[in-house]
This record gives sequence, structure tokens and C-alpha cells, in this order.
Amino acid sequence: MIEIDKVHKSFGDLEVVKGVSLTVNKGEVVSIIGGSGSGKSTLLMCINGLEPIQRGSIRVDGTEVHAPGTDLNKLRQKIGIVFQQWNAFPHLTVLENVMLAPRKVLGLSKQDAEAMAVKQLTHVGLADKLKVFPGKLSGGQQQRMAIARALAMSPDYMLFDEATSALDPQLVGEVLDTMRLLAEEGMTMILVTHEIRFARDVSDRVAFFRNGLVHEIGSPDQVIGNPQMAETADFLKSVL
Amino acid sequence: MFDYSFHWRIAFKALPDMLNGAWVTLETAALSMLLGTLIALLLTLLRQQQNPLLRGFAETWVSIARNTPSLFQIYILYFGLGAFGLHVSSWLALLAGITFNNAGYLAENFRGGLKAVPDTQMRAARSLGMNAFQAYRLIIVPQLLRIVFHPLSNQMVWAVLMTSLGVIVGLNNDLTGVTQDYNVKTFRTFEYFALAAVLYYLIAKTIVLSARLMAWRLFRY
Repeated sequence: MIEIDKVHKSFGDLEVVKGVSLTVNKGEVVSIIGGSGSGKSTLLMCINGLEPIQRGSIRVDGTEVHAPGTDLNKLRQKIGIVFQQWNAFPHLTVLENVMLAPRKVLGLSKQDAEAMAVKQLTHVGLADKLKVFPGKLSGGQQQRMAIARALAMSPDYMLFDEATSALDPQLVGEVLDTMRLLAEEGMTMILVTHEIRFARDVSDRVAFFRNGLVHEIGSPDQVIGNPQMAETADFLKSVL
Repeated sequence: MFDYSFHWRIAFKALPDMLNGAWVTLETAALSMLLGTLIALLLTLLRQQQNPLLRGFAETWVSIARNTPSLFQIYILYFGLGAFGLHVSSWLALLAGITFNNAGYLAENFRGGLKAVPDTQMRAARSLGMNAFQAYRLIIVPQLLRIVFHPLSNQMVWAVLMTSLGVIVGLNNDLTGVTQDYNVKTFRTFEYFALAAVLYYLIAKTIVLSARLMAWRLFRY
């Protein structure tokens, strides 16, 4: 369970997250939608401690993420994250990209790490690209590789930070299909996304962010289908 | 009129001595590169520090090394320090001079290289649970190495050519030193220096070609 409690996050003088509270239960898929600059992506980076917070608390399975004694490297093993700019390691092949962390961080043997990597790459439909360098892949393929790379750590949670925003339109579908598969398998997921229809399809709950706060939250049919707040309705009108 | 007659045969008799000199040249250059690279890494690290003293020291080093003639750098180390009673051998002055120069140029290359690896690579590595050291060793440094590889091999060539400056502080066992000894004994300046130039050229070309071969093996992406 991820418990976000009144979190404030600033970059210098600029406060981006202004007291967000949100709880995500095991097996739940929560989508965060909202305009740019509303603090959605920043909050995601705070959940696995890639960004520090100023006030409030985030607990993952009871562990306080931003407490001084927390072993973030250990914590991050169970929280996979997929970035907007996929961030493939260009000097490693697809297989090596996915094998690296299981070997070096989890300490798996070469055989076990490779078996895990092949399994995950097959899962995302890249079994025929094992020996290829990421530079030779399309954006959609690189993003699917990044998903496999995160999954190879056997995480309990997956965070997606606008995973399809940097892709050419015709490549968005293949990445969304991979994410949908994951949701159907029961992975606990937080998606920051601009794909409203997709969010409506796969989410258990949808949160609309505005000015660094949760402005409206509820079931997809409620928030997207029948928004209660005028700002939510305006936002949806502008993107749908 | 042109009445110089070439005497290549006596020049070729000096070839074994010159090859021994070339070996000294290569050794000196290689050692100065090794030391220069290590110091350059240290300077790169110092330049990122908050402490103005450490940063200033590194900045000054880089700035002087890159903006003064390497001849002067060696000259000052030998005769300049000699004036204060600090006597170093010709070879040591040459080695220190080139190392000083190498470190300055390489530190600048390393800084540029580090900037060229996006921050997001570090972020992605850390998000997979790697600690900072693992992220540097497995993700950042291999990419940095590729970026600085060609500047590094250029600097190696440059270091070989710079060793020829040793002759001005009295070094007589490197390629230029040996050549100069034959020159003053026989005044066959053209022949000896042409031969030496060919040897320098071959050494430099060999370095460039082996660097290319290494890059082709190392960097498959």
C-alpha cells in the first residue's frame, strides 16, 4: 500500500505539490490526470525518493520513504518506474539493459537474470530484439524495453510517468497494450497520463490534479464520465 | 645552386640508436598520459566542489596548462625551479611538463564528456535500485569513456610529439635527443631529422589506428 499524506514539494521558491493526500491499495490501478505543471509527475518522483519532499509523508508498505534512515536502494527494488523519455542505457543491448539490475542489485546469477530478462522481454513482445542496441529500436520498442527492465526487478508497484507522451502517435497503442496487460494481471499501478480514454478503461480510480492538489478523485465513470467540479469538466473538454 | 648531396647510408646506420630513442619517447608519452589521465579525473572532481579553494586550484591548473606554450611549461620546470635550487633531471622535467599539459587538456575533455551524458541516465539507474557508485561504474563511466575516447587518443599523439621538447632541457636519449646528437656530430641535419620525422609519423599513425581498432571493438553501439 502507498500512503501519501499531505505532501508538499518545492523546487526553490516554487511550490509544485501543495499538500496532496492519496492512498493506493494493493492491486489497484490509479490514474492521475491534469494539466502540465499541476504536480503529477513530480509526485511520482517523490514516491520512490528520486525527489525529496519538504513536508508531509509518503509510506510504502509502512516504510517512510523520506525518513533519514530509509534504505532507498532497497525500497526502489520494489517500485518500478517508467519515464516519459524511456531512458534506455544506450551502451547495452536490449537483453543487457534488462539483465543489469537483477544481476547487480538483486544479485541473481547470470543464468537466472538472463532467464528473467528473456521472460519479461517476451512479455512485452521484444523476444526477437535481445541482441539489438536500443539506438536501433523505435520509441515504442524502447519504451516497452523500459517496462520490461522495470518488471525484471519483480516490483510490487509500477509507476508510469507519461509513458506515451514522447511517442509518435502510431506507437502509442503498442505501449498502452503492454500497460493494459499489466493492469489485467493485477499489478498495483499509478499512471500519470494524458491518455484519458485509456485511463477510463484500465483504472480503478482517477485523480484530477490541479495547482498541486487533488481536485477531484473517484471512479473513472464518475471523474471522467460525470465530473462534479467545473475545472475537471473544463480540462476534460480541452483534451478529449 | 642545389649542390647538397644526400648521404642516407650514414643516416640509416643510426637507425638502431634512433629506434632505442623512439622507445624512450613512447614510454615517456605513455607514462605522462597515464599520470595525466589520473590527475585529470581528480581535477574534474575538484572542479565540481563547493570549496572555492579546491575549485580555484583545479581551474587555475586547467587554465594555465591550456593557455601557455608547452615549451615554457617544461622550461620553467627545469630552469625556473633550478634557479630556486630545486634541481630535477631533464627527463623528469619533461615528464612533469607534459603531464601538466595532458592533465589540463584532458580535464576539460572530461568535463565536456560528463555534461554530454544526460542526468536522466543517472536517474534511471538509481530508480532500478543501484547505488550511486554502481550507477557511475555501470552506466555513466562506460558512456563517458566513449565520448572522451577520441580526444584521449589525440592527446596521446600530442604527448608523443611534445616529448621532442625534451631536447631543450638537455634530454639526449629520446628520439629527438638521439637525432640531435647525430646532427651536431655530422651536420647531416636533413637526413637525420627526416628519418626521425618518419619515425614520429609512424608512431603517431600507429596510435591513431590502434585507437580506432580499440574503439571498434569496445563501442559496439
